[in-house]
Amino acid sequence: MNPTGRGHDWLLHGVLLAVAIAFPFVLPSPFWVNFGVLALFYAFIGQSWNIAGGFAGQLSFGHVVFFGVGCYASTILQLRFGLNPWLGLPASALAGGLMGFVVAFLSFRAGLKGSYFALITLAFAEVMRILTNSVEFTGGGLGLLIPARPAASNFQFAERIGFYFVILALTVLSIAVAVWLKRSRFGAQLAAIRENEDAARALGIDVFREKVKVLILSGALCGMGGAFFAQYFLYIDPMIAFGVDKSVEMLLVSMVGGAGTVYGPLIGAVLLAGIGDAARVLTNVQGLSLVIYGALLVVIIAFLPNGLIDLFQRLFRRRGGSRGGA
Amino acid sequence: MPFPDRGTRLDLTILVSAALNGLLIGGIYTLVASGLTLIYGVLHIINFAHGSMLMLAMFGVYYLLTLLRVDPYLSLLIMTPAMFALGYLLYRFLIGKLAKGKDENILLITLGLSILIENLALMFFKGDTRTISVSYSDTMVELGPHLVSLPKVISFVAAMALCAVLGLVIRHTDVGKSIRAVAKERVGARLVGIDVDRVYAISYGIGLATLGAAACLLMPIFYVSPSTGHVFVLVAFTVVVLGGMGSFLGAVVGGLIVGLTESFGGLFLGESLGQIGISLIFILILLLRPSGLFGARQ
Repeated sequence: MNPTGRGHDWLLHGVLLAVAIAFPFVLPSPFWVNFGVLALFYAFIGQSWNIAGGFAGQLSFGHVVFFGVGCYASTILQLRFGLNPWLGLPASALAGGLMGFVVAFLSFRAGLKGSYFALITLAFAEVMRILTNSVEFTGGGLGLLIPARPAASNFQFAERIGFYFVILALTVLSIAVAVWLKRSRFGAQLAAIRENEDAARALGIDVFREKVKVLILSGALCGMGGAFFAQYFLYIDPMIAFGVDKSVEMLLVSMVGGAGTVYGPLIGAVLLAGIGDAARVLTNVQGLSLVIYGALLVVIIAFLPNGLIDLFQRLFRRRGGSRGGA
Repeated sequence: MPFPDRGTRLDLTILVSAALNGLLIGGIYTLVASGLTLIYGVLHIINFAHGSMLMLAMFGVYYLLTLLRVDPYLSLLIMTPAMFALGYLLYRFLIGKLAKGKDENILLITLGLSILIENLALMFFKGDTRTISVSYSDTMVELGPHLVSLPKVISFVAAMALCAVLGLVIRHTDVGKSIRAVAKERVGARLVGIDVDRVYAISYGIGLATLGAAACLLMPIFYVSPSTGHVFVLVAFTVVVLGGMGSFLGAVVGGLIVGLTESFGGLFLGESLGQIGISLIFILILLLRPSGLFGARQ
């Protein structure tokens, strides 16, 4: 938290942003741009998980519930009510935030924490999966197909690079939120809650209120991830939108990279996308990448509880730099 | 269409038959959940890998039949001790070493394990859904005016018998007594000379042994694929929180209630929406009475 540390931070943010902007021009092939889109997408939804799970310590196993309502909110508004898909982005943030409020209000009012909170989020996601699977309005099990009409005004780009810059902007937004949480009073209150809820309450922090607030924030970001996903793939169904896979991936990128850190989810996401593509290209063995990731999760919880980012920071400190806020 | 038009034919026979089916499958849920509740009661850890371990055991039963022609019910004698050994070793060499600190960490480790096992299964067994067929697969027995499938009846009776055996072991044997001692008061148990770590490993082993047994009883009436564990994770947790974490009696009652809920949900709400009952029970119990029906209030 010293001034020199902040100087390093801005340098780091700037360099990373420059690299991210240059990336699709240096490696313009569809393969690499797609890789970039997916890595940033995981970094974004991973960061949304991290804001609740890392910064506030509210571990969730069913974060996909916020992602899924975002998917369906933007897609349904677009297909059934003719809303421009760009407006689907704020609409999905609203839907995700509202879901965050409902889940948090009910669960925290009942005093659920730790493993119990993690499990109840899973059940909420399951309820939404079953509902969207059973109701005509959401397209049932067949899902919803968004007709392809490539035009930037329509949030559909003929070239993937358009999507790349949209998800880059969202990722920058999420990282800005994380930086803000590192420095703001709200973030400090969340850290206090994460470390010891009773002590935080004794300090006069309204624990319930702050926890609900952070779930709304996290849910809103995650919901926008859903809107982006729907536009990129032009198809959603209950399993894609509310299946357990994405909940696990969000948690994984964040925990592996470093929960409660600004750049942990990005590191985890680049690794997840990298391992995923490498496993697909090199071996074509189904499941290999997640085998590696599952093993990595166990090893990291056991030996490197602060995530891979801890390794980077140790190197950084050894070279004489002060510890950055990253 | 939440209410399919079956109202006119919804007479008593259909209701009783749905209840029978619910109770029969509920017996297996009880067995699966009894392992989960034992692990929680003794080790105070939530074993998120429970579903994927069951899936692994079901593949064991599948290959015992298809490769070695071992009848699934005979596999009980192989799978139960095999899963016990797996659980014992897993705890001794992995979970026990890593399981320190916050309960969230242990939850995450068992999550990591379940991801690992599920995707290893995907690598080696591929993603196909597999079923087995044995000579008695389609045999029906008459229960009064109702026809029920024989393997379901066998599964139910065997599951209940195994739960009773487990209860007796815990209540009357020396191992059971030391398990109960550790569950109640681990420091005191250590002071009177109980090897607490060994009891932990045995408890985890027994927890997985129930899955080995459940897999043998399930295979004749269910299917297996690498993601089958997902189906049972939420079901098992629902049974356990409904009955009360750590309560055996709770697991029995909870298992039967969940089985009935599933069966009646399917009858009244249709196949897709009918599944919602289990998740709703889970949410409502956690919100309204987290100690469950038979658990001690915390």
